[in-house]
Amino acid sequence: MYPENFRYTKEHEWVLVEEDTATIGITDHAQQELGDIVFVDLPKAGARLEQGASLGSVESVKAVSDIYTPVSGEVTEVNATLADKPEALNRDPHGAAWLVKVKLSNAAEVEGLLSAADYQAYIGAEK
Amino acid sequence: MPDVPPLRATPLNSVHRALGARMVDFGGWDMPVQYTGIVEEHRAVRTAVGLFDVSHMGEIEIRGPEAGLLTDHVTTNAVARLQPGQVQYSGLLYDHGGFVDDVLVHKVADDHYFLCVNASNQDKDFAHIRSNNRFDATVENAGGRYAQIAVQGPQARATLQKLTPVDLAAIRRYWFADGEVSGCPARIARTGYTGEAGYEIYIPPADAPRLWNELLAAGCEFGVKPVGLGARNTLRLEAKLALYGHEIDASISPFEADLAWIVKLDKGDFIGRDALLKQRESGLRRKLVGFEMRGRGIARDGYEVLSNGVPAGWVTSGSPSPTLNKNIGLCYLPAEEAQPGKPIQVMIRNQPVDAVTVETPFYKRAK
Repeated sequence: MYPENFRYTKEHEWVLVEEDTATIGITDHAQQELGDIVFVDLPKAGARLEQGASLGSVESVKAVSDIYTPVSGEVTEVNATLADKPEALNRDPHGAAWLVKVKLSNAAEVEGLLSAADYQAYIGAEK
Repeated sequence: MPDVPPLRATPLNSVHRALGARMVDFGGWDMPVQYTGIVEEHRAVRTAVGLFDVSHMGEIEIRGPEAGLLTDHVTTNAVARLQPGQVQYSGLLYDHGGFVDDVLVHKVADDHYFLCVNASNQDKDFAHIRSNNRFDATVENAGGRYAQIAVQGPQARATLQKLTPVDLAAIRRYWFADGEVSGCPARIARTGYTGEAGYEIYIPPADAPRLWNELLAAGCEFGVKPVGLGARNTLRLEAKLALYGHEIDASISPFEADLAWIVKLDKGDFIGRDALLKQRESGLRRKLVGFEMRGRGIARDGYEVLSNGVPAGWVTSGSPSPTLNKNIGLCYLPAEEAQPGKPIQVMIRNQPVDAVTVETPFYKRAK
């Protein structure tokens, strides 16, 4: 369920690092908690994000959920399909429904994120 | 640590948990917000039939030779016009004209009225009615004696009819009948909070789990779904039905809430009447109006509303509308601006997003 090659945050984002680029998304746990996702608000390509700052928001019918930037860097790509098909986040949050790609400005930040095992232990304990 | 009272549970609590519902604290009650998904549950009610546990709602019984006089004194609608078996939507007001609660008044008999009230207001309502009881009548806070299940949707009648000898087609809208559902005593009211046809049944708490399961089985052929508070909210918003704490509260009058139709100023004195008369003379400052988002974004409860670029009001309820596939809401605006067709903006995460006021209800069921 939670890919071993991803890193995770306690705010339920995931990060996949390939060379100097990080792909960022929300976890399956997050989409389950939200329910039917109907709206995604993301930054534009070129935006510079600091770790911990707001990356955007995801809204379900019931609630708004903020997404936080797990790793600092410049947005190089935004998943444009989500504007019209936000429900993809309910179906494939770890794959096709990634949110943004970021060119890492501080690769060391990745080391501070959770492993798949740690994240699963964390959400297990949260319940 | 402050003392947090434990959540109250309805008689169907374990049934919801067995169905895998997501439970939330709703005004001190442990209630299902959704079972499989808000959109799917919403659609089931619009196209087939949905079951709601609304046992958290309160019931207040007023009995005695002057039960009608007391009920009329504490509510805004004309109790004298009710016949036995009839139901009336009404307001319970303070002297200053703001809402204590919105209620359904059922006339059981000349000397017996049955009020369905909001869960989180029931103790306050009971105290309010009792403190204004200078009549030959008794007031009972009877919430513990009733469970309530709402059966709503185009197939509600076909579903419920399988379990009751009462001829449901003979119950008119906003009337009720006392009878049996699957052998247990039940008050069957043709009322609801969804904008669809349907029934709300009041039953003994001990029978609720069995009846719930029998209703699910009876509705199976129609695609019945259990429906949580999430879809209950989107359904009632599309139908522009007020929710206490959102469209109405102690600071809001029925005129402001676009509920003048539940106020009968000519019926004689009642609590709040003087304040309402004054408000009618001096004119309203603000009024409730519906809107649709035009820009990208979803308005949520409490967001600020701008008119002509300046703060003018606030969103009372806002949500995506699963039926209309639009983002809709209700807001208060200065009364002179609360007309359909007016461009407004809603502040969403510090950005003004375009919207326009519209006619309501957003959704009306085809007759």
